[in-house]
Amino acid sequence: MEATGLLLYGVAVLTMGGIYAILALGLNVQWGFTGLFNLGVAGFFAVGAYGSAIVTSPAAEGRLGGFDMPVAVGLVAGGAIAAAIAWPIGRLTLRLKADYLAIGTIGIAEILRLVLKNEQQVTGGAMGLSGVPRPFEDLARPYDELAFMALVAALVLAIYWALERARRAPWGRVLRAIRDNEGSAEAAGKDAMAFKLEAFVLGGAIMGIAGAVYAHYVKFIGPEAFEPLMSTFIVWVMLVAGGSGNNRGAILGAVLIWALWSATEVATSQLPVEWTTRAAYIRVFLIGLALQIILQRAPHGLLAETPPPPPRAPEVKDGAGAEDGVRGRPPA
Amino acid sequence: MLDLINFYLIPGLVVGAIYTLGAIGISLIFSILRVAHLAHGDLMAIGAYFALSWVHLLGGPAYLALPAAMALTALVAIGVDRTCYRPLRRRRTVMVIIASFGVALMLRAALMLIWGPDTQVYQSGIQRPMVVAGLRLQEKHLFILGAAIVLVVLLHLFLTRTITGKAMRAVSDDPDLARVCGVRTERVILAMWITAGSLCAAAGVFLGVDTQLSPLMGFNMLLPMFAAAILGGIGKPYGAIVGGMVIGLAEELSTYPLFGEPLIEPTYKSAIAFTIMVLMLLWRPTGLFRGKVL
Repeated sequence: MEATGLLLYGVAVLTMGGIYAILALGLNVQWGFTGLFNLGVAGFFAVGAYGSAIVTSPAAEGRLGGFDMPVAVGLVAGGAIAAAIAWPIGRLTLRLKADYLAIGTIGIAEILRLVLKNEQQVTGGAMGLSGVPRPFEDLARPYDELAFMALVAALVLAIYWALERARRAPWGRVLRAIRDNEGSAEAAGKDAMAFKLEAFVLGGAIMGIAGAVYAHYVKFIGPEAFEPLMSTFIVWVMLVAGGSGNNRGAILGAVLIWALWSATEVATSQLPVEWTTRAAYIRVFLIGLALQIILQRAPHGLLAETPPPPPRAPEVKDGAGAEDGVRGRPPA
Repeated sequence: MLDLINFYLIPGLVVGAIYTLGAIGISLIFSILRVAHLAHGDLMAIGAYFALSWVHLLGGPAYLALPAAMALTALVAIGVDRTCYRPLRRRRTVMVIIASFGVALMLRAALMLIWGPDTQVYQSGIQRPMVVAGLRLQEKHLFILGAAIVLVVLLHLFLTRTITGKAMRAVSDDPDLARVCGVRTERVILAMWITAGSLCAAAGVFLGVDTQLSPLMGFNMLLPMFAAAILGGIGKPYGAIVGGMVIGLAEELSTYPLFGEPLIEPTYKSAIAFTIMVLMLLWRPTGLFRGKVL
């Protein structure tokens, strides 16, 4: 009994940690790769969650949706809706410098939260959406949770693999160039605005997928589930702690910070009631403190960014070009 | 017409005065440190709660607590700068923005730990407004507007008549030139935090007097204050006054039932400041008063 309880706890921590890892990977595309300062993570997460919930939940009176579609469609829809919202936002705000982008994305997350809370016929308003289907629910007790965790892990791995490919590809190289020196990237003929927009939309879509997975995990979502600052902030701490620019760092930071966060929650829940609420504030304070220490003492995070080696120049035929200083493979 | 003045214009001016005091600090920090200070709203809430403690301990109306709240908040601002921002001074400024985001949450957590998460008021009970020629004048509104004008005049004298104030403007205009001319940048930054911290504490106290105190009061002010600072032009304290008034009036007047229904649903009132800010950034990023673009 005890062992099953412990197992389920571990599985729950890893599942949520995985969902946060997807969020951190999405933020890594925007901030780590491209240097886009997005403080509206919670907004994209919420849009993805609501999008998937509306598509997959059974039909309901008095609100849009209930299309009763399979979960896989929901995940795609969550990502697509988040991307569709990220595009106009990016068009409007990406030309701004980081400071303005930060304020702008806070504002957008705030407006999205107002819309989710007030548009009763779409989102169920303050009551939220219930009856979101959860995959593998028919399996026996530990196996349903294990299967869901496996699904999350598979998604994390798939996104990680795709992002690693993108990072090593010319596309990722351009993003880093824009991040480090936008002017010279443009001088080299790159359309910085287009690349930034692509990174912003891709990152937003990944955050939307994370939101969709979350909706299917908890089966109920309401506007209160997306406390705008805290959920955005914890993802930032995860990415900065793990190492921004490093996909593995994003995953490691997410799982580690989430494990710490929930372990302290368990520890403080043993305290008397009047202390548990206080302990919650102390935990928020400490995570803020942790961020300050990381920023000052370990700015690269646990896993520093390792830029992929520059690509080899195209193969040069024997002799030709070698004396011109063109780098090529030495002749065999 | 009197309804428009009593229930929309006067509250708009009061809210505008509160935004102004916060926006001046944001504008100063933006122009001297070159960062968007995301903890400004929560610093403001801390100031409001300092005054609450004063009222609880010593009694009396909240405005007697104003000087103490301003001084304590300035100290908090200096402490935050020393511990969290100054070590990052030589790094990219965006690191300071991330740090200030963390500071915002730490301040709010400390606030909820010390004063609790519930909404509170300085004084319970309703004040009866004076009615002069159809105008409903509330004592608290007169106090807020009067005190805000005094503070802005003091700021003006400080910036134009004192060496420190002039040094602040010099650093804001051109930090390198100011440094080679012998302006001590760290002293200017200290003066900046005292100015910005005490003004935002005043804004917090005024907001608490006008409505109530809650841990989220500061965060809810953050967007309108930034909108006001950007509208007026970064580094233009006088622009912040115009920006604050425009945002405050726009927010209140937007709910006026001109055609029988409110122009904008009150639930979406907080989107107004944001919309104005985005339009301003697209149309004229320097703001109305030709501030700088970072």
